[in-house]
Amino acid sequence: MGNLDLSRRTFLSSTGAFMIGLASPDVWAQAAKPSPLSPNNPKLLADQLDAYLSIDKTGKVDVFYGAIDGGQGLETSIAQMVAEELDVPLSSVRMIMGDTRQTVNMGGASGAQGVSRRGTSLMKAAALARQILVEEAAKKLRAAPADFVVQAGVISLRNNPDKRITYAQIIGGKSFQSNVRWNGQWGNPHDIATDAPLKNYKDYKIIGQSPKRPDLAKKVFGEQDFPGDVRLPGMLHARMVRPAVAGAVPVSVDEQSIRHIAGAKIVHIKDFLAVVAPKEWDAVRALRALKVTWSQSEPNFPTHKEVHAHIRKAKVTQRTIERENGKLEEGLAKATRVISGEYEYPTHSHASMGPGCAVADVRADGATIYTSTQKPHYAADGIADLLNIPRDSVHVIWMFGTGSYGRNDQGDATADAAVLSKALGKPVRVQWMREESLGWDPKGTASVNFCQAGIDEKGDVIAYELISRGFSRENVATNEGRASATLAGQLLGAKPEPKNTFNIPFASYTFAHNRVGWETVGPLMERASPLRSTHLRDPYGPPILFGSECFMDEIAAAVNMDPVDFRLRYLTHPRDKEAVRIAAEKAGWQKRVSPRRDIDTSSDIIEGRGIAYRRHFDTFIAVVAEVRVHRKTGVVEPTHLICAHDVGLIINPETLRHVIERQLVYGTGRTTVEELTWDRNMVTSLDWNSYPVLHMQHVPPRITVHLIERPEAAPSGAAEMALGLVPAAMGNAVFDATGIRLRKIPFTPDYVKAALAV
Amino acid sequence: MTQKMTLTVNGHQHKISVDDPDMPLLYALRDDLGLNNPRFGCGLGQCGACTVHVDGVPTRSCSLPVSAIGKAKITTLHGLGNRQKPHPLQTAWIEEQVNQCGYCINGWMMEGAALLKRNPNPTEPQVREAFSDLICRCGTHNAAVRAVLRAAKQV
Ligand code: FES
Ligand code: FES
Repeated sequence: MGNLDLSRRTFLSSTGAFMIGLASPDVWAQAAKPSPLSPNNPKLLADQLDAYLSIDKTGKVDVFYGAIDGGQGLETSIAQMVAEELDVPLSSVRMIMGDTRQTVNMGGASGAQGVSRRGTSLMKAAALARQILVEEAAKKLRAAPADFVVQAGVISLRNNPDKRITYAQIIGGKSFQSNVRWNGQWGNPHDIATDAPLKNYKDYKIIGQSPKRPDLAKKVFGEQDFPGDVRLPGMLHARMVRPAVAGAVPVSVDEQSIRHIAGAKIVHIKDFLAVVAPKEWDAVRALRALKVTWSQSEPNFPTHKEVHAHIRKAKVTQRTIERENGKLEEGLAKATRVISGEYEYPTHSHASMGPGCAVADVRADGATIYTSTQKPHYAADGIADLLNIPRDSVHVIWMFGTGSYGRNDQGDATADAAVLSKALGKPVRVQWMREESLGWDPKGTASVNFCQAGIDEKGDVIAYELISRGFSRENVATNEGRASATLAGQLLGAKPEPKNTFNIPFASYTFAHNRVGWETVGPLMERASPLRSTHLRDPYGPPILFGSECFMDEIAAAVNMDPVDFRLRYLTHPRDKEAVRIAAEKAGWQKRVSPRRDIDTSSDIIEGRGIAYRRHFDTFIAVVAEVRVHRKTGVVEPTHLICAHDVGLIINPETLRHVIERQLVYGTGRTTVEELTWDRNMVTSLDWNSYPVLHMQHVPPRITVHLIERPEAAPSGAAEMALGLVPAAMGNAVFDATGIRLRKIPFTPDYVKAALAV
Repeated sequence: MTQKMTLTVNGHQHKISVDDPDMPLLYALRDDLGLNNPRFGCGLGQCGACTVHVDGVPTRSCSLPVSAIGKAKITTLHGLGNRQKPHPLQTAWIEEQVNQCGYCINGWMMEGAALLKRNPNPTEPQVREAFSDLICRCGTHNAAVRAVLRAAKQV
């Protein structure tokens, strides 16, 4: 176990200002003016500087980051941001992440906003701390604050460096007791403001460097513990028992069937069923041996092959036009040519490398939970709801763990562990199995994109429509903050609370008549569905951009324009255009109207290139894919992916390059191989053969990342935006090579061969 | 019937009692010995997360019955090297900042280390081939290849 020193935070309660009685959750919910009291820790106030950082007697700085690092390097990047504004060495900064007793709820890994929102908040806190400390030094050393410089936590007089005092001497081990202006929000929208000025980027010394990640060395030496490595005295190992047919619930359970396994027990509460044993392998044996009579269930799902037809004909539950200008119908009527295209994106599992795993120790006086969920504060809220105990009695300790890529099965496994520990009065470790992780994690669900464009007699595009239709992205919430959002909660009777959410990525293409919107259809099974939707990494990226950016290419071809020239003509924002221009330049883009006509297209291997662009928040990206299409086998082989990436200020260039490269590999998998399959009853892709993921043979061997330098612009996010461009860039490259438009993902050899044969 | 066995792991001998001789080695290492390096990823021999060396050969411990080990010597990632005496691949892995979450790391590093032992100077295609049956959901494939090639230069 790591060094979880809670005593460091107890000073907050030792001053009168922080002695605040417990607010019950209801009072909290009803309060008209939000209380800064952290619902997960009565000692932490979101409007106090002390909630965000502290400096100890040796000058070490603790930063309290109310979110997590999923392995993308936020621990280092955010420490750099704080060290920069505080003027302390990076090595003196320790990041305390996601611990619900030590941090306030700043969201979680979500929307790639770790640097842009949460890091920026903490920079402001650091700047205020620096200002307070310099003012204090000025008082003590009798000079004006402006006469001081700070270096490595030492404040000295500019003209007389011998007159000096350290941060540790001023504040070491004490609290700041200073206010920040908190915006009254928890989670992703949480932010603070202060009057302390931030540095000019030209003065940065630590931001812009590439220090290495501390977690990586720990992982390399086998020292990094994950939740599955927590072993508590008396801990039991659990396995969840799931039905073979979705919707079936246990009617009776044969206790005799596991009697031969030492210490194995059944936990059966309403529709929730698990086996536990003191030894882990015995829990697996019990899972396999247990005889259960399940209720009849006939989900009658449209299968994965039918799901797009289902989306086309199902009743639309909500239609929202997100952006509109001009009058689309008029534009189409004026057009001399109207072209249209449809694009289908499949269902994907989060398919994490490690199936869900968590340890819970629920006692009469509170619950301690070890988990790597992306949203630990919400996990605490959800467990309080599920177990009906006060929020501040739940302590969630976040740990590094398997990549989750959105709301994977970690949150559900965490809820399972809490229920079991409460029922058994002992610490419980839950480990989901591989088939369970692929079968029962919340899914990134299928979409169909309907696109059309009107072209006038001059060849100008005057009308454009994109409607993306699919399942809401929130059959269950994007975090496990309520009992109803977890499988355990739903199996114990909490009523599901599905929401209609969807979103269309913004693009600065400008057409005289334009309509962009979405339509949702109802969930496939209301309760405890293996196909329930939630956020999967870049939830609105690949499913929609595959359609919108492939269709842009279709229009370009229809008006006889090079795909890059076409984008440069219709995009209006300079940073969008720059990303497209630079990606093309770095790829050595040869201008032509696709498909290429300069080679013998009947030869077996044909090369092509395609581009796709997007904007997400203030991140501007273009990706060029170079592919080889093997006509005989139908294999689409990406040979080189080139990315131009403008994120504004870059905190850690090396980390950023890695983050982008890995996304492009991951995005290739979600383009060429991944697809969840299911029949009328249940998910059928339950292992790594039936749910294929990218192996080395299919990884683009060359990836070029070009970082566009814009230090004057605020830092935006980078953790998931580039991956969404891979499907369209590759689809456009296949069209360039062959003249064939691929209209559905994944580009399996069978599908491509069939498409080429048409 | 409970059986007594001795496992030699990272140079240390450990006595364990085993109820089920079919129990995979992974559970003996994690549950009986309390070692954390090999991880459970699939239990099906498909991903590599549970990889250890058995007499120097990368082996998926989730799919090998503990009763089949006999006197073989087991090495986990932890036994490959440490901060004082790192394996060249560990140094290279840090230099290249390979992993994202690192859940897959046992498979990649143990396969990579075995490759370097077999072939201290592999070509890029040989490295890719050695890694062809491993999964990494975070997309660290190319970085892992770079790390092996960097380590090869240093061996
Ligand atoms: S856990 Fe052993 S190969 Fe996946
Ligand atoms: S680094 Fe996450 S699975 Fe490989």
